Amino acid sequence: MNIGWLEVTVAAFVLTVISGAFLARGRNWLEPGFWKGFAIGGSLVMFILLWILTFDTLKKISMGSERVPSPTVINHKIGYEYNADRRMYVPVIGEEEPFFGKKWSEKEAYELITKGKLVIQSRNCMDCHTLLGNGAYYAPDLTKAWLDPKWETMIKPMLKVETREEAIAKWLMNTDKYPTWTRKMPNLGLSEDEAKAVVAYLKFMSAIDTNGFPDHFGKTASN
Amino acid sequence: MGKLYESQKLALWYFTVAIVLFGAQLLFGLLAAYQYLNPDFLYGVLDFSINRMLHINAMVVWLIMGFIGGVYWFLPIETGREVVGIKLGKIAFFVLVAAVAVVVLVYLLVQTGKGDYFTLWFITEGREYIEAPRWADWGIVAVVLVFYFNVVATAFKSGKITGILGVLMIDLLALAGLYLAGMYFTPNISVDQFWWWWVVHLWVEATWEVLVGVLMAWSLMAVLGTPRKIVEAWLYLEVFLVFGTGILGLGHHYFWIGTPEYWLGIGGFFSALEPIPLVAMVVHAIYDAGSHKLKAANKPALFWIMAQAFGNFVGAGMWGFMHTLPQINLYSHGTQITPAHGHLAFFGAYVAANLTLMYIAIQGVRAPEGPALDSRAWKLAYVGFAITIFGMVGALTVAGFAQIFVERAVGGATWSAYIAGQEHPWVREPMYWRFGFGVLFLLSYVILVYDMLTIGKKAATVTEVKPA
Ligand code: HEM
Ligand code: HEM
Ligand SMILES: [Fe+2]
Repeated sequence: MNIGWLEVTVAAFVLTVISGAFLARGRNWLEPGFWKGFAIGGSLVMFILLWILTFDTLKKISMGSERVPSPTVINHKIGYEYNADRRMYVPVIGEEEPFFGKKWSEKEAYELITKGKLVIQSRNCMDCHTLLGNGAYYAPDLTKAWLDPKWETMIKPMLKVETREEAIAKWLMNTDKYPTWTRKMPNLGLSEDEAKAVVAYLKFMSAIDTNGFPDHFGKTASN
Repeated sequence: MGKLYESQKLALWYFTVAIVLFGAQLLFGLLAAYQYLNPDFLYGVLDFSINRMLHINAMVVWLIMGFIGGVYWFLPIETGREVVGIKLGKIAFFVLVAAVAVVVLVYLLVQTGKGDYFTLWFITEGREYIEAPRWADWGIVAVVLVFYFNVVATAFKSGKITGILGVLMIDLLALAGLYLAGMYFTPNISVDQFWWWWVVHLWVEATWEVLVGVLMAWSLMAVLGTPRKIVEAWLYLEVFLVFGTGILGLGHHYFWIGTPEYWLGIGGFFSALEPIPLVAMVVHAIYDAGSHKLKAANKPALFWIMAQAFGNFVGAGMWGFMHTLPQINLYSHGTQITPAHGHLAFFGAYVAANLTLMYIAIQGVRAPEGPALDSRAWKLAYVGFAITIFGMVGALTVAGFAQIFVERAVGGATWSAYIAGQEHPWVREPMYWRFGFGVLFLLSYVILVYDMLTIGKKAATVTEVKPA
C-alpha cells in the first residue's frame, strides 16, 4: 500500500470534524457536552488511523523488507551514499564479503543478530549511547558505527588485527585498556561470542534505511 | 488534623514515597552530571549508565506514584464515599514499594547481566525509561490493576459518573494498556523502537497529559472553587486537542528509526500542533486565577498550578516545537537539545502537577478549615526551582546548538565528530553550568521538603484568608 502523508493528514482532519460535529450536534459550544463530542470523535479517528498506519509500518519494517534488511546482510559490504532521487543518504548493500572469516547462513545470522540485541539490552548500551538516535548522550551515536572511519584509522592499528570486525570485537572486550579520549567506555565483561554478536548487530543496524539520519555521515563539511 | 478518608491516608503514603524518590532521582542525576565533568569518577563502580538509569527510572516511578496519590486523594471527594477496595489498595502499595526497592538494589548491586533472557527477566531490559526487568513489569501491572479496579468500582458504587471520572477511567485504561507495548523483546530494533515510543510518547504526550488534565481540574475546583461546568468543558476540549494532535504526533519519533517516509510529514505536522492544547491550558489557568486576583486559601498550590500551566507550555510546547520538524530534527536528534527539552517538559508538566497535589493534601491534613496555607520557605523553593531548572535547561540548550553545529553539520556525525563536539568549549562549559545549577536545584528540593514538613503547622505565622 502506498500511503502519502498529505492524504492521511487531510483524512484525519475531515473525519475529525465530521465525527465531532455529528456527536456534538444540537449543543451550544459553551456546554461541556459539545466538547465531549469532539473529544470522543477526534480521539477515535486518530486512534483508528494510528492502528492502520501501524499495520502498514510493521509490514514495511520487517526483517528482509526494503527498509530493514535480512540478518544475512552481515555477509555483504555496506555503504552509505547520497541518493539524488530521495534527496537523502541511504545505505547501499554491496557485494559479499566474509564476516569473521565465513559466510553466515540465514539461521546462523538470525541467531547471531538476536544474541547481539540481547547483549545490547543486557549491558544497557542505550544508557550511554544512542542507537538510531535514541538513548543517552554521553557517548557517540551507534546507528552507523559499523561504517565509522575510526575503526580503520585508530582502532585497527592500535589492536594490530586484520579486519574491522575483529577490531571492533577485540576493542569491545578491552574498552578499559584502549581509551580513545577522556571518557572511557566501561569494560562490560563481554565474552568473545557476545562481542561478535554485538559487532554483527552494529553491521546489521548500519544497513537499516533511516531516511538519511545521520546526514552526510563520515563526510566533513570540507570534503 | 482534619478528618480524612482512608483513601486519602493512602494518598499521603504515596506522596511520601514519591517525594523521597524525587530526592533519589536528583542524587543520581547529579552523579551522572558530575561524570560529564570528571569521567573517571566512580568509573567501573557506578558507571554513567547506571546512574542515568536510576535517575530516569526513579523519575518515572515517583511521578506515577504521585499521580496515583492524587487520584486516591480526590476520588472520595468526587464520589462522596470511601474508596471500595481500600484494603487491597494498601496491600498493593506495599507490594509496589517492595518491588521498587528490589529493582533498585539489583540495579545497584548486579547492574548488568549476560546477553540472555534471564537478564531481561531479572536484571534489566536495557530499554531507556522502562529498564525494569520483566518480573517487575508484571508486578506493576498487578498493582495498577488493583488501582484501576478501585477507581472504577468506587465510581460505579457512587452512582454518578461525572465527566471528570469518565475521562479518568478511559485515560487510565489507555495508560495501563500502553505499558504492555513495552514488555516485548524483538531482535528487530526498528520494531523495538516503534513500540517503545508507543509507551514513552503516548504516555507523556497523550495519556499522562490527560491524566494531569483531570488532576488539575480537581485541583482548580479545590483551590479556586472553579465551577464544575467550566472545568469539565475545558477538560473535554483538552482531551480533544491533546489526543487529536498527540496520537499522530507520535510520528515525530518515527523519522529515523527505519519507518516509512510518510512519517516525516505526518509526524512533523501533527506534533507541530501539539502546543495548541498547552496554550489552551495556560489561558484556562490564567483566567481562573485572574478571576480570583491570585488569592486562594492555598497559596503554594495556586502557584504550582500556574507553574504547571506555564511549564507545560514552555517545556513541552516551546522546547518541543523547537526540534519537532523533521528538517530540524535530522540534525538535533539525540543531541543535548533532547535532554534540554526533556528536563523542562517533565519538570514543568509533571513535577509541578505533583507538587500541586501534595500541597493540596498538606492543606487537607493540616488546615482544612483555614487559616490559609502560606510560608516563606515554599516561595524560596519555588523561585529556586524556577531559576535552576532554566539554568540547567539553558546550559543544555547552548550545548545542544553547539553540538549540532560541530558534530552534526560540520563533522559528519562520526565518533571523532562526536568527540570534537563534546570537547568544544561551548559544549564542555555548559556541562559545568548544568552541574552547578543542578546542585542548587537539589538545594531547592531540600527547602521544599523542609517546607512540606512544616508549612501550616504554626497557624500564627499565616494570614487569614477565607478558603475558596
Ligand atoms: C509534557 C510533555 C512532554 C514531555 C514530558 C516530553 C519529554 C520528552 C523526552 C524525555 C524526550 C527524550 C526521549 C528520549 O529519551 O529519547 C522527548 C523527545 C522529543 N520530544 Fe518531547 N516531551 C513532551 C512534549 C513534547 C511536545 C508537545 C513536542 C512537540 C511539539 C515534543 C517534541 C519532542 C521531540 C521532537 C523529541 C525527539 C527528540 C530527538 O529527536 O532526539 N515533546 N520528549
Ligand atoms: C539535580 C538536577 C538534575 C541533574 C543534575 C540531572 C542530570 C541528568 C543527566 C546527566 C542526564 C543524562 C543526560 C545524558 O544522557 O547525557 C539526565 C537525563 C534525564 N533527566 Fe535529569 N537531571 C536533574 C533533574 C531532573 C529532573 C527534575 C527531571 C524531571 C523530572 C529530570 C529528567 C530527566 C530525563 C527525562 C532525562 C532523559 C533525557 C533524555 O533522554 O533526553 N532530570 N539528567
Ligand atoms: Fe513525542
